Amino acid sequence: MRQVLARAIGGVAIIGLIAGAAACNSSSSSDDTASSGNCGYKLAFFGALTGSAANLGVNIEQGFELAIEQYNKAKGSTCIEVAKFDSQGEASVAPGVARSLVADKKILGIVGPPFSGESEAADPIFESAGIPTITPSATRVSLASKGWKTFHRAVANDDAQGPAAAAYIKDNLKAQKVFVADDQSAYGAGLADVVKSTLGALVVNTDKTEGDGKQADFSALVQKVQSSGATALFYGGYYTNAGIIRKQLTAAGWKGTLVGGDGMKDPGLSKASGVAAAVGTVVTCPCSPPEAAGGTFVNDYKAKWNQDAGTYSDVAFDAANVFLQGIDAGNTTPEKLNTYLSTVNYKGIANTYKFTATGELDPTLIKVWAFKFDSSGDAKSDVEIKTS
Amino acid sequence: MDFSGLIDNFGPLTVTGLAQGAIIALFALGYTLVYGVLRLINFAHSEVFLMGTYACLIVWGFFGLDQNSAAPGVGGMLLYLVIGLVVAIIASGVTALAVELVAYRPLRRRNAPPLAFLITAIGASLFISELTGVLTHRNQRGVPPIIQAKPLFTIGDTTVTNLQLLIILLALVMMFALDRFINGSRLGRGIRAVSQNPDSAALMGVNKSRVIALVFLLGGLMAGIAAVMYDLKIGVTRYDAGFLLGIDAFAAAVLGGIGNLRGALLGGLLLGVLQNYAAGLFGSQWLHAASFVLLVVILLFRPTGLLGESLGRARA
Repeated sequence: MRQVLARAIGGVAIIGLIAGAAACNSSSSSDDTASSGNCGYKLAFFGALTGSAANLGVNIEQGFELAIEQYNKAKGSTCIEVAKFDSQGEASVAPGVARSLVADKKILGIVGPPFSGESEAADPIFESAGIPTITPSATRVSLASKGWKTFHRAVANDDAQGPAAAAYIKDNLKAQKVFVADDQSAYGAGLADVVKSTLGALVVNTDKTEGDGKQADFSALVQKVQSSGATALFYGGYYTNAGIIRKQLTAAGWKGTLVGGDGMKDPGLSKASGVAAAVGTVVTCPCSPPEAAGGTFVNDYKAKWNQDAGTYSDVAFDAANVFLQGIDAGNTTPEKLNTYLSTVNYKGIANTYKFTATGELDPTLIKVWAFKFDSSGDAKSDVEIKTS
Repeated sequence: MDFSGLIDNFGPLTVTGLAQGAIIALFALGYTLVYGVLRLINFAHSEVFLMGTYACLIVWGFFGLDQNSAAPGVGGMLLYLVIGLVVAIIASGVTALAVELVAYRPLRRRNAPPLAFLITAIGASLFISELTGVLTHRNQRGVPPIIQAKPLFTIGDTTVTNLQLLIILLALVMMFALDRFINGSRLGRGIRAVSQNPDSAALMGVNKSRVIALVFLLGGLMAGIAAVMYDLKIGVTRYDAGFLLGIDAFAAAVLGGIGNLRGALLGGLLLGVLQNYAAGLFGSQWLHAASFVLLVVILLFRPTGLLGESLGRARA
């Protein structure tokens, strides 16, 4: 508690210092930006570029960067600059990185943070700086109810994903006994709680693991899953732990199906577990399959990054374009851009984007898909799950 | 609390805990050996272990094995296992010696205070771990299925697999061999002499530097074996694997009595089993917390650990 207090006070002090310094800067030096055509500004990516869940962050950053590159090409100059901030996906690292982000006064908008835990740590800093954010993947429900004016979510939250995962377990897998575990992260625990309450009596037992990078031996969990007789294990967590768990479950002879949320939707899972063990693992995602994205996105992405578009690459691409459209229309301060987002109705390649007053995606636009790991070692689209 | 979770799974939790504990014990030997001779906690020992986990993966990679390979037959299994062990032992041994030569020996020459050793130890540990992290992009790497876990025999409702038995037996054998070496050989007598009184030992003609290097090497060998067993049991390694298990191993060494070889074995096995019981009773999220609370409680009553500190005091 004392540590939290000390951090909070330290955080406030640093924000104060930065704000003070920034105020000094803007008063003493004349601004050289405001050039013609609403150029000379920056859009930022904030999220994991390194760290245990970096793959998810990199997918998003690359979609984001592609959108800006295409915009700049159309403008014929480096109109909008890309700024990248590596949070390592860690809630403990994010605030410091966020403070260095808000110190850059040319940044008008942020795509990110991708994860719920780092969002809880960093979004208050963006909120107090007034910079609008669009997260393409942080799905914890409570993020939208903190009263943040700058928060926007371009995908459905766990309230949509949890019931969908539960529906899949019940209707598609037809499991009679389900084991539910999570990694105690903001994201994983939130998702697992929704699944638990939706499945009700089908849940035979539960457990919690430690977070990514904090546990490698899951033999106790494996033993509990085996002895519970469950034919499906829902794990609220990320691909890092899920890959190890799947491997140790298979090694112990458990033949059931591992089901998880979008945090597990990454080839990193099968790289740890081995493809043979990963085959059949189901992940839900409030996204459409990237390969189904409209326009030339799939080919453009492949040409630029020499790899296929990953989870949320398309949503990040759209999120960047939402910002770019706003800037193009003359919203060249963070405040104006934020106001613009409250009225936006943008048809992108993955979805159409319209935000509610709390920054959630309009409920009529929500999509949840199930993806299944196949022998390629990646999760391929299975079915769209009907939740309503 | 989930008492049925513990009672229903008591047998399996004990066996998997013993296997995990055996790995921790082999790992803990490195801490105990170095402490016994130098009164120094070699924090870089976790990276000595880490190098072992990667070395055998790399050499298995030369044979075209990766996480997606099919399990080899019995002949292949033995061949790969031996090769993996040899390479991991070499890698860990070399890393341990390198840490001693680069990080500790220069300080010893200048008679640096103990705190300086502690800081270089942490520095060396972080350097190797972070370097590995950067080189591997902090991704985890899956281990090829060298040994397919197969049930060997069943006691009551508890199945013991070939892998679990191998890990536990290997730890016991290595422990016994090391114990014989320290207490029965000429070199071992040198180690005990330096441990009891470095200056007197030097006066008696024991080459202190060589003994210290030997101790680091021995710790590295044990860590190399632990590393291969870890790879096979956990199935995945990454840049911070050594740090994670290193805390357990260090705790096990203290629990058994740091500086005491048999204590490291007892401490390791105990910690492995206790962690599993805690996970069964309170849930896996309490795995580390509960076992460390118990560690503190035990140390309150036996401050020198369960078997006491005794590398030097062992009879000649």
